[in-house]
Amino acid sequence: MKRGLEGPPPEDRPTPAGRRNKQGIRIDPEVEATHEPRRTVISALVAHEPGVLSDVSGLFSRRQFNIESLTVGPTKDEDRARITVVVEEPDPGIDQIKKQLRKLVPVISVRELEPDAMQRELALIKVDAEDPAQVSAVADMYDATTVDSSPETATFEITGARQKIEAAIDTFGQFGIREISRTGTTALARGTEETAAAVNATESTATEANHDKPYQTANDD
Amino acid sequence: MSERAAKVTPADEEEQDDDQITDSAAPDAAQEIDAESETTPAPVTSGAEAVVRALENAGVEHAFGVQGGAIMPVYDALYDSDIYHVTMAHEQGAAHAADAYGIVSGKPGICLATSGPGATNLVTGLADADMDSDPMVALTGQVPTELVGNDAFQETDTTGVTTPVTKDNTFSSDSDTVGSDVSEAFALAGEGRPGPTLVDLPKDVTNGETDREPDAPSVPETYEVQERADEEIVAAAAERIENSNKPVMLLGGGVIKGEASEACREFAVEHEIPVITTMPGIGAFPEDHELSLEMAGMHGTGYANMAITHCDTLIGIGTRFDDRLTGGIETFAPDAELIHVDIDPAEISKNIHADYPLIGDAATVVEQLTAAVDESPEATKWRAQCQQWKSDYSMAYDAPEDEPLQPEFVVEALDEATDDDTIVTTGVGQHQMWACQYWTYTEPRTWVSSHGLGTMGYGLPAAIGARIAADDDQDVVCFDGDGSFLMTLQGLSVAVRENLDITVAVLNNEYIGMVRQWQDAFFEGRHSASDYHWMPEFDKLAEAFGAAGFRIDDYDEVADTIEEALSYDGPSVIDVHIDPEANVFPMVPSGGDNGQFALTEDQL
Repeated sequence: MKRGLEGPPPEDRPTPAGRRNKQGIRIDPEVEATHEPRRTVISALVAHEPGVLSDVSGLFSRRQFNIESLTVGPTKDEDRARITVVVEEPDPGIDQIKKQLRKLVPVISVRELEPDAMQRELALIKVDAEDPAQVSAVADMYDATTVDSSPETATFEITGARQKIEAAIDTFGQFGIREISRTGTTALARGTEETAAAVNATESTATEANHDKPYQTANDD
Repeated sequence: MSERAAKVTPADEEEQDDDQITDSAAPDAAQEIDAESETTPAPVTSGAEAVVRALENAGVEHAFGVQGGAIMPVYDALYDSDIYHVTMAHEQGAAHAADAYGIVSGKPGICLATSGPGATNLVTGLADADMDSDPMVALTGQVPTELVGNDAFQETDTTGVTTPVTKDNTFSSDSDTVGSDVSEAFALAGEGRPGPTLVDLPKDVTNGETDREPDAPSVPETYEVQERADEEIVAAAAERIENSNKPVMLLGGGVIKGEASEACREFAVEHEIPVITTMPGIGAFPEDHELSLEMAGMHGTGYANMAITHCDTLIGIGTRFDDRLTGGIETFAPDAELIHVDIDPAEISKNIHADYPLIGDAATVVEQLTAAVDESPEATKWRAQCQQWKSDYSMAYDAPEDEPLQPEFVVEALDEATDDDTIVTTGVGQHQMWACQYWTYTEPRTWVSSHGLGTMGYGLPAAIGARIAADDDQDVVCFDGDGSFLMTLQGLSVAVRENLDITVAVLNNEYIGMVRQWQDAFFEGRHSASDYHWMPEFDKLAEAFGAAGFRIDDYDEVADTIEEALSYDGPSVIDVHIDPEANVFPMVPSGGDNGQFALTEDQL
């Protein structure tokens, strides 16, 4: 077929030596590694209005962020709700989640919690209770509360960190678990620190994005 | 278009006069009241009137839409308004027209549709505006609140459907606040990073009684925009620019939307920095300027792609680093430190990591940079290299008289026959790329196209919106492809009814040309469903609509026919039969290395 423009063909053109990784970061030979996913808790304070949960969950699904759990509930201010999201993403993805969340008009502030934040989940576990004594011993071990019992089953309520609940589920497994229902994680920052506060929201928007990643000053000149 | 709006007004005033004369005994008193009523409009009595009042308060002059059951109360209120409503042939056209109106005027374009199918027909246009950050407000009718959720006649969960493709949307629930909802949607559409907003209007809410005047347009408290970038990072970026040897400016659509073209031009010229634009950024910098390398990306110029690949400092302004621009991330400007100016923090490091993130309004941040950069970079060699690439990879093409008509020739001929401020709209496909490559754009807001979503059929309705927003002495030219034109050509009926002076050039190759090009390159020439040999004769079709129809088959017909079509006062369609085998080059294959663009088929 005829046609096409004139000029040196691709193989005759110079190519730069550099490369970027799949997160668009220029590869420094010393830190070649691509970011691995990590698990983190993001708390968002939002306007308590219809559709806000769907806005938030829709954002996660259409941007393909890997969401582990999502909880929502009212706060002391009746016009505000708190959404707690547990995600597993590489660092640039976590930054994106925070920025994209902040972009939603009903979202007031967004914060990623420190690893030492208080994180709690509630689970209801219904087990076979053919051996009530043993079942109750396990329940005591995990501070589980009995919420229902019948000749065949016992149902326990457990609150705690995700690891504790998973350990309890593992241990209850020996009796035969009939059903489980879990709430997903809710969390608050420790001490006087505010989890995701309405105050200073202005600062949190853009300056956060500016300072999330320390920028490098020119070093190759 | 203001003439048309003026036509409506006298009739309205006559009616008002009649009313007032019957109301008052003395003619003098009537005159007084008349003078008063011009400054203080009658109080609103319904939700629908509040909706229209909100638009009027926002300075809206034109709206595009289609009437229907659930939106009827709003149209009834529009009947008494000075807002000129353009009735479209399809809601998709209304959305694209409003989108183009927003691009050309810089103010949010308004479109209206009824519930259900009306609203869903807007979705493509909303998605298009959302991808391109075009300011636009959609008002949709909704079934009465008590029927919502019952699968009522013409019911759709419009806010649910449009959430992913709008900047923000609202379901209005109260006649007292519906006007303020519209005001807020208008403010949100234009503020910060622009985008489409939507207000869903249940019929009982618009029909409901209210005397509440809408609030003035303002964004909600939770919406914040940072205007100025962090000074510390500006200083660091300035130092980087001063010390660079291969700087390049990359101007995106945000430069045009942020009215930063002038500041960018001054900055580039002062420091002699070569300038590349993205496709939405076309017009931000004059393409006939020596520093201009035109557009980079998949079908960008060879020189722009060489420069972007080899630069050491990339000053990206108002661009979101779309994959059509970057090609494969790994090979995109791999040696460059990125200074990224954007008003939307979420664009920073989304696709390409920003070494110097500058969040703020493009014009403001470029002024900050202008103040911070003291010395121009030493880039004489680099500029010479860019000029060398310009001549190595020039966008020249062969047009032998004895071969079929080349599309590039037609684009250039139309460019030559029109003024610099001519507005070009396009559909999507090969013709769109030729219109990018071979038209020389020099002014912002003269290039109106569907970039991010790539919506075939965008061209004609966009030309309608652009025509209405444009100055009367500005020409509007639409390039369309045969396949693209066929998707929305019912809009011709609107152009004829409104007598809009638009020249449509259909670059007709009887193919979905871009698909055919890819099939040739990547699917062994198997033209599955891309062969459109059943195309109508567009010139005759135009005449059937009441427009002027022309046809071009050969080179010697081009100049005269274009002149005739341009001088026709009203819509004209030129069916241009081009070489069916013509392809778009240069081309960076999807996900490829920008520097490895192909110049011919066999380089793909």
